[in-house]
Amino acid sequence: MAVRAIFLLQFFLSTIFSGKVDGYTVTGRVRIPGFSLKGSGYSAKASNVKVILNGGQIVTFLRPNGYFSFHNVSAGTHLIEVTAIGYFFSPVRVDVSARNPGMVQAALTENRRSLIELVLEPLSEEQYYELKEPVTIMSLVKSPIGMMFGFMLFVMFVMPKLAENVDPEEIKRTQEEIMRGQGSLSSLLPGAQSSN
Amino acid sequence: HQQYIGKVKKAVFQTQKAGRKRVVVSTEENAIAALDLRHGEIFWRLILGVNDAIDEIDIALGKYVVTLSSGGSVLRAWNLPDGQMIWESFLLGSKPSRSLLLTPTNFGANKDNVILVYSNGCLHAVSSIDGDILWKKDLAQNGMDVQHLVHPEESDTIYTLGIGDTQFEAYVISVRNGEVLKHSNMEFPGGFSGDLLLPTSDKAVVLDSSGSTLVSISFVGGEIKFQKFQISDLQGYSGVAVLLPSKLAGMVAVKIDRSLLFAKVKAEGTLEVVDTVPGVEAVSDSLTFADGQTAFGLIQQDGGKIQLTVKSSNDWKSHFLKESIEVDQQRGLVHKIFINNYVRTDRTYGFRALIVMEDHSLLLLQQGAVVWNREDALASIIDVTTSELPVQKDGVSVAKVEHNLFEWLKGHLLKLKATLMIATPDDVAAVLQIRLQSAEKSKMTRDHNGFRKLLIVLTRAGKLFALHTGDGRIVWSRLLTTFRKSGTCESPRGLKLYQWQVPHHHALDENPSVLVVGTCGHNSDASGILSFVDAYKGEELNYLAPTRSIAQVIPLPFTDSTEQRLHLIIDAEGYGHLYPRTPEAVDIFQKELGNIYWYSVDINNNLLKGHVVKKNCKEEIADDGYCFESSDLWSVVFPSDSEKIIATSTRILSEVVHTQAKVNADQDVLYKYISKNVLFLATVTPKAMGNIGSVTPDDSWLYVYLVDTITGRVLLRMSHHGCQGPVHAVFSENWVVYHYFNLRAHRYEMSVVEIYDQSRADNKDVLKLVLGKHNLSAPVSSYARPEVMTKSQSYFFSHSVKAVAVTSTAKGITSKQLLIGTIGDQVLALDKRFLDPRRTLNPTQAEKEEGIIPLTDTLPIMPQAYVTHALKVEGLRSIITIPAKLESTTLVFAHGVDLFFTRLAPSKTYDSLTDDFNYALLLLTIVALVIAIFVTWIWSEKKELQEKWR
Repeated sequence: MAVRAIFLLQFFLSTIFSGKVDGYTVTGRVRIPGFSLKGSGYSAKASNVKVILNGGQIVTFLRPNGYFSFHNVSAGTHLIEVTAIGYFFSPVRVDVSARNPGMVQAALTENRRSLIELVLEPLSEEQYYELKEPVTIMSLVKSPIGMMFGFMLFVMFVMPKLAENVDPEEIKRTQEEIMRGQGSLSSLLPGAQSSN
Repeated sequence: HQQYIGKVKKAVFQTQKAGRKRVVVSTEENAIAALDLRHGEIFWRLILGVNDAIDEIDIALGKYVVTLSSGGSVLRAWNLPDGQMIWESFLLGSKPSRSLLLTPTNFGANKDNVILVYSNGCLHAVSSIDGDILWKKDLAQNGMDVQHLVHPEESDTIYTLGIGDTQFEAYVISVRNGEVLKHSNMEFPGGFSGDLLLPTSDKAVVLDSSGSTLVSISFVGGEIKFQKFQISDLQGYSGVAVLLPSKLAGMVAVKIDRSLLFAKVKAEGTLEVVDTVPGVEAVSDSLTFADGQTAFGLIQQDGGKIQLTVKSSNDWKSHFLKESIEVDQQRGLVHKIFINNYVRTDRTYGFRALIVMEDHSLLLLQQGAVVWNREDALASIIDVTTSELPVQKDGVSVAKVEHNLFEWLKGHLLKLKATLMIATPDDVAAVLQIRLQSAEKSKMTRDHNGFRKLLIVLTRAGKLFALHTGDGRIVWSRLLTTFRKSGTCESPRGLKLYQWQVPHHHALDENPSVLVVGTCGHNSDASGILSFVDAYKGEELNYLAPTRSIAQVIPLPFTDSTEQRLHLIIDAEGYGHLYPRTPEAVDIFQKELGNIYWYSVDINNNLLKGHVVKKNCKEEIADDGYCFESSDLWSVVFPSDSEKIIATSTRILSEVVHTQAKVNADQDVLYKYISKNVLFLATVTPKAMGNIGSVTPDDSWLYVYLVDTITGRVLLRMSHHGCQGPVHAVFSENWVVYHYFNLRAHRYEMSVVEIYDQSRADNKDVLKLVLGKHNLSAPVSSYARPEVMTKSQSYFFSHSVKAVAVTSTAKGITSKQLLIGTIGDQVLALDKRFLDPRRTLNPTQAEKEEGIIPLTDTLPIMPQAYVTHALKVEGLRSIITIPAKLESTTLVFAHGVDLFFTRLAPSKTYDSLTDDFNYALLLLTIVALVIAIFVTWIWSEKKELQEKWR
């Protein structure tokens, strides 16, 4: 069974009151347990994961423990996206409240799930390459070349057998019929012969 | 796929340990990269956000790379071996100031893990282990511009030095707790100009406001003493003196004209001129190596010859190294130099130098040779165009291409083995090898399918590259002389590339050429630069610089007898100038005078204007006969209090449309409204100009327009309530697809608008057709005002988008795919069928047959549809599609900091066999069949014989 990654996004909010900049800090966590990607040749390092606020306004990276934070975020509704090669993350809607600092609400935009419990359901893993279908006998037979071959074999081995089943007398008769130009094509077939 | 980093701003070497030697660089593309010193390869690389410019970079504790970015507000530490972020600190300050970073090496008693950062008017002490801010001191009062942090060896204090307008200030601050131990300042009557230099740890040097006197300042223990030194007293020096910002131990370098004056700072604070060196291009910071010696490197340049001198700062007479290196002329001047030392096998010191050239390339010099170079100009591509390769002159047979028939067969046999899964790993490797080196891909001639082309790219450095599409190698590169800094052109920058001459009919022996358009400054009325470059050889054929300002370049649909395309260049005053400047071109143009329309979008004034070229200019403006006056035809004014233009998009001029009609499932015909003169324009309410989160949905409206640029008629106006930009749009055939943000749903959306021509709708009547009452043969005129019908639909799309493009094929028959550059720097191919306004929830059987997909609210993202697969085009900026000769195939070039090129077949390769088609299997089958025929023939002969004998 393939190991499915579980992403946990946890949100915390802390306010910075010092200085003149009245921004908030949004801290969250991306957890991808077991960065084990079987058979996918790309290096899934935590350093390749970027966390992006509002489509490029702030870009940050993960710490070794998976935490990230955005500083100096204004109150309002924001969008956080996580990009990691090999995984599909849903963008997350984050409401930073101005009225009661310390409140943050987060929800997945893909399925509108609220992230109050701070746990995110697993999102999909991405497989960028189509798996090459293993060569089977059937696929060989189905290919045009295989069909040519099959038909050839059929003509070589099965047809003579069929011809043998037919009475030589009847062949002679049919041949004569053909000579006379009266023979129909169906009469050549053994099945048609037997029904006579 | 190629990886680049951009022009290097700062470099730090890490070579102490015996392991892999590397250099960590920060670049103008906001990249941090660790490069291998031996080969110049990238160990790891990180691209920060667009507005997260890196100010400073250093190495702390010998294992972390510390970067200060975003105007000194973000301090991050990265693990040196793999680029993993260790910690991140956000430093707040009161006002913007310059950013300084100091990572002291030894603070005595267990204090050696403090990083001192001065940014935004505050001094911060940050622990280098976990990024905690230990203390913070606001130094922003009284307008001092802090320029240096000094840590005297083996002490617990640091000096913070700064200059105000006329005074010098020094703070002595305890490293332990940030307490100001002493604050002293002193007025200097003349005032200062420029930056403060710090040759030794207790003396600073600065120029006075007249630029003729050097002032050395001693500040030991907070006692300030000034000592003046007149440069103007020196014989024969005129002009302006500039202090070079290089940190030299015990010395300062003053640039006067083209020479460099080195002055030694003596212990008592006096300055003594040591030497003047002419023709110095760059000076490195000084480097301290074993047993306290210090050295610095300087570069003198003469054409393609670079002279690298590494001098000792203690003893001017001696120098460690003097090398002369030949460097490609096309790299221009040396801009920066960083030096590093290593221990040779015979225990002497050797030096290597990393130099950054004018064309943004990075070179490593060692032992008198260029060890490696990186063409990092390719990280900042401005514009791309293509050129066909030369036609193959002599017929080359298959055997010649594939070396010989036997090898060709062998290769295919191996392939056969691979498909039958009986290949050994060795065989698989051999197959890959053959595929890689298949010479066909990278040949320098035109191929039958039109896959091989030259990509001509213009970079920010003003260097033009030609890349081969087969293997991405650089065929030629040229640093355009007109795009180099000169007296007449202060800050040249490239704007656009145009195909100037594309010979195909009667000028086949001529090489194609491209037109490079640039300007000298950042204003709209800065003078322009035109340069004509041969696309095969890379030679600059001709240039015109500086010319009139360039507001717009219009490639006209006319060519002269040598297949040079006529271009009309509109200057800032609205006059058109015709190129090429030949009487023939004027003749062609005069015939079409009055039929040439253009439009201009004025984003600042929210104005859309249409113009027509009327007549020759009046005598007083230009009397050369190539200047044409235009008059305004129409204008659309958007009320600036409610709408702001944020995006425009038009069809690509060279796009081919196969059919005008679209047949419905119910045998109904819709006529596409196909006009090259339709402009898509998006506006938002001014409040919605900011970022997501700065506006409520109720205050935010997005309007989209389709405007006919000949008549100024608005074909469509549509509003999206609660939506905002950024808008990315692509226009093709009769449809527009645009991407924007929906604040209500808080998701990105993509909408499609299709335009159909209603005036021709009644052509469907067969009776009319028979009676000849149809208007199919009526000429299509841009002046006509046909009735149009639009259909549109919107869908959710998960990702932010950086760029949108559409595939283009030679004849326009193949179905289209949208290429979406996502925020994760990947390129997603999305079939146009997903963006079809006729999608319904439950399509009828007939509609299903037509290929209409049931309506869903979200556009699907299939991982297999990423054309970049598991690769990333870091810092993606633009996607360009080029049609191949083969109808099914389109060439895609995506560029950002990285380059990515691929071939796409939106409807599969229906007109050619795939690359891995197995000829050997086919051959084998045929051979087997022939054998079988013989066998059966012999067999039947035998049987017949038996029959006869019986």
